[in-house]
Amino acid sequence: MNIHNIITELEKVDPEVGDRLNSRRSAMKQFVSFSGRVALAALPFALGSMFKKAYGQSAPGIAGVLNYALTLEYLEAEYYTKGAASGVVPAGTPAVGAINTIRDHENAHVAFLKTALNSLGATPVAKPTFDFTAGGAFANVFTNYDTFLAVAQAFEDTGVRAYKGRAAELISNNAVLTAALQIHSVEARHASHIRQMRKARGANLKPWITGKDTGGIGAAVQPVYDGEELTTQAGVNITQFVSANAASESFDEPLSANQVLAIVDPFIV
Amino acid sequence: MPYSGKKGNALPGAIDRRKFLSYIGVAGTSAAVIAACSKNDNDNRPPAGSIDLGSGDIGILNYAYALEQLEAAFYTQVIASPFSGITANEQALLTDIRDHEVAHRDFFKAALGAKAIANLQVNFSAVNFGSRDSVLATAKAFEDLGVSAYNGAGQLLMDSNYLLLAGKIVSVEARHAALIRDLISNGTFADNTVIDANGLDLASKPADVLKAAAPFLKSVIFAGNLPAS
Repeated sequence: MNIHNIITELEKVDPEVGDRLNSRRSAMKQFVSFSGRVALAALPFALGSMFKKAYGQSAPGIAGVLNYALTLEYLEAEYYTKGAASGVVPAGTPAVGAINTIRDHENAHVAFLKTALNSLGATPVAKPTFDFTAGGAFANVFTNYDTFLAVAQAFEDTGVRAYKGRAAELISNNAVLTAALQIHSVEARHASHIRQMRKARGANLKPWITGKDTGGIGAAVQPVYDGEELTTQAGVNITQFVSANAASESFDEPLSANQVLAIVDPFIV
Repeated sequence: MPYSGKKGNALPGAIDRRKFLSYIGVAGTSAAVIAACSKNDNDNRPPAGSIDLGSGDIGILNYAYALEQLEAAFYTQVIASPFSGITANEQALLTDIRDHEVAHRDFFKAALGAKAIANLQVNFSAVNFGSRDSVLATAKAFEDLGVSAYNGAGQLLMDSNYLLLAGKIVSVEARHAALIRDLISNGTFADNTVIDANGLDLASKPADVLKAAAPFLKSVIFAGNLPAS
């Protein structure tokens, strides 16, 4: 984290930033002493909090992205919490432990993002009311294990694409960006495992996404996978190195906020 | 088992979890803040015979290219000389991973063009390619290392297009890491050796990643000109 450079950047748009922060020296001291007092979880966001004191407001762009992430984490956390309690996961199998692990991570993400938003002086959005049947499209989501895993796969693969799609908006804040990346890769680990769980149930898929294939779930989740078939990156045709399948698998693609919101909208009452 | 505990290391030079935490909490000590604030003057001279990753975003892309070279070379050897008792399922999955790493490696080489570092010489003498345990333990170490490397490097990039590219790759590395871990022991895809109480994966700075990778490289990598923040 390069606070000197951040302040230099701020000076370009706000020549009085030095006065607001009572000189760089004291700003640095304030930052260091403040960082020393807060818990590890809140540490990355100490900087945002310090700037809030100077400006009386948080950076709305970053808070917006974090609230977007929080909404998705609410969705996943409640899904696995309800799923784990419903009995849909076969008792006495390794699946119970796996779903509990994922449930705990999603709930930890909710708590972390709330703490982060509060640290930035922003208000965490309230948890929406969810309908995990998506208006009846997945009516047996908590009674049929295969449906439960299919929706879980869609949520995880969506989560990976959602974080990726908005990481660039966090590039000005190293600490928040890094934390978002650290959540992003956890979602990808979850996606990998859920896909293996579905494979063990007979579905035809891999831990990674081939083309825009839904892994046999079908049209209901196609928007989760549309665009994943890309085989050209930064102007480089990847199929000159490996097969088209491997070329698409080796790079996961982002989704825009609007694309993600359209995917999750049926699950929000 | 490659990990003996939360702070156990699979391989010589593998990253200590405490180092990750100190990295995440880099603002927690004044010394670390001062170190992170030092401007990169691009005047650090690489030792004779070493490979200089360079500076700025190009340096970070070369850093990623170096790691992908290492992974691609490893899985190429894994597929060229499969371990004893490999199943068809394992062979198919590891072949996919090899292809992904080759795609990453060749992508970086093409994208970097004349700015790409040379081909690295690897050293896999510590790996027993005939042994499933040895191969998968090494694969796990490489994949977790790759995830932590990309997670830690994101903040070092200035160009958001490069950040997106790194994001496209890191989630695939995380899918690999989870799969390899489950092959070793089902259900360990995201256990508490890599995910902390906040549900966050590892993130590591280049110096620590390269230290962990060094035993697997004959080439000596110089990262002294990489951005510090």
